[in-house]
Amino acid sequence: MSVSAKWTREEMARRVAQDIPEGAIVNLGIGLPTTVADHIPADREVILHSENGVIGVGPAPAAGEEDYDLINASKQPVSLRPGGAFFHHADSFAMMRGGHLDICVLGAFQVSATGDLANWHTGAPDAIPAVGGAMDLAIGAKKTFVMMEHTTKAGASKIVAACTYPLTGIGCVSRIYTNLAVIDITLAGLRLVDKVEGLSFDDLQRVTGAPLLT
Amino acid sequence: MINKLFDSSEAALADVPDGATVMIGGFGTAGLPNELVEALLAQGARELTVVNNNAGNGDTGLAALIAAGRVRKIICSFPRQADSHHFDRAFRAGTLELELVPQGNLAERIRAAGAGIGGFFTPTGYGTELAQGKETRVIDGRGHVLEAPIHADFALIKAERGDRWGNLVYRMTARNFGPVMAMAARVTVASVHEVVELGGLDPEAVVTPGLFVQRVVRIDRASTAARGFRQAA
Repeated sequence: MSVSAKWTREEMARRVAQDIPEGAIVNLGIGLPTTVADHIPADREVILHSENGVIGVGPAPAAGEEDYDLINASKQPVSLRPGGAFFHHADSFAMMRGGHLDICVLGAFQVSATGDLANWHTGAPDAIPAVGGAMDLAIGAKKTFVMMEHTTKAGASKIVAACTYPLTGIGCVSRIYTNLAVIDITLAGLRLVDKVEGLSFDDLQRVTGAPLLT
Repeated sequence: MINKLFDSSEAALADVPDGATVMIGGFGTAGLPNELVEALLAQGARELTVVNNNAGNGDTGLAALIAAGRVRKIICSFPRQADSHHFDRAFRAGTLELELVPQGNLAERIRAAGAGIGGFFTPTGYGTELAQGKETRVIDGRGHVLEAPIHADFALIKAERGDRWGNLVYRMTARNFGPVMAMAARVTVASVHEVVELGGLDPEAVVTPGLFVQRVVRIDRASTAARGFRQAA
């Protein structure tokens, strides 16, 4: 079976951005999730939080204007929008853990059918583990979105019945955005919300490691 | 007269003993008190336990302390970075113990120490391998993990401006761990770029009240280096 139609990374970011409403306070994880910011319409007021201690994160400054005292969680230079604020790390994670963030968008190695997330460690014996804010982010926001390729490079589904990689959080993911589909995690199971045009339900199911509901 | 101003980083760190637990502020290079860490390197204390979000970038500061074999254990959330080669080598050689802590738990454990809290239940990490062996409890239907405070002998932090009582304000995201580490250490040494007269800081805007700070050293401003991620060649 081959799946030819796929969303590009940019289309995925645009699709996630569609679901971020006016007024939302959002944390965008490192990597692909960071690019979602580029697709939030300028007239939609969304407040971006970065766990190193800033809300109201704006775009990267122009070349030569970078100040490495104003960075995001990826340690890359950003700007501050009017209305933005700085705070210390304990407050920043209180915002998260205390349920004050609306949406968090994270990358993942695997997501289970019940919303378990694995995204911090491959578990390889020689790998140096690093967790950062992943576990705090996973359980902190009102909604946790995952953004990832549907399958690994080898073709294995990253949506699985049960995660085989070390867990980041249990039952924490509410929605998955892949390059093939948008899938909600519900009490009944994985519910298909949207899929790439030209891809049949059966073909999608074949590359998905847990049953899909329509 | 209360005067917490020290003439040099060396003088402010002269009494750090071997085996001390030393908190070092900073998230990557932002807020990392490079000059204080260099003074600690020159001072010679060994067998240190270091608490920092990362585990050193490049070849200076905390990375140099690790490279010199002076750190026995590091408590951090994100050691592996594009330029953490000194940590990577020491960790793989088995000469450096790592306690990996989720970032928010790290901040809250430090805050708890400063606030006199004996431990707290947090949902972060529940059901993961970083919670193994820890007491758990289900609170309001949600699993929580018991986490202990992290106390320190010294905290080395970087602020923007301060006065002789130790009141501090910070600069943008360089604030990060500074305020909570200042609370958690027996002796907090803050570097500042500017010392102002008492009353020169707006009391409504003081971020760290001086009682959390024991020593203040003025350091010339140097722009913060870009580190911690892979840079285009």
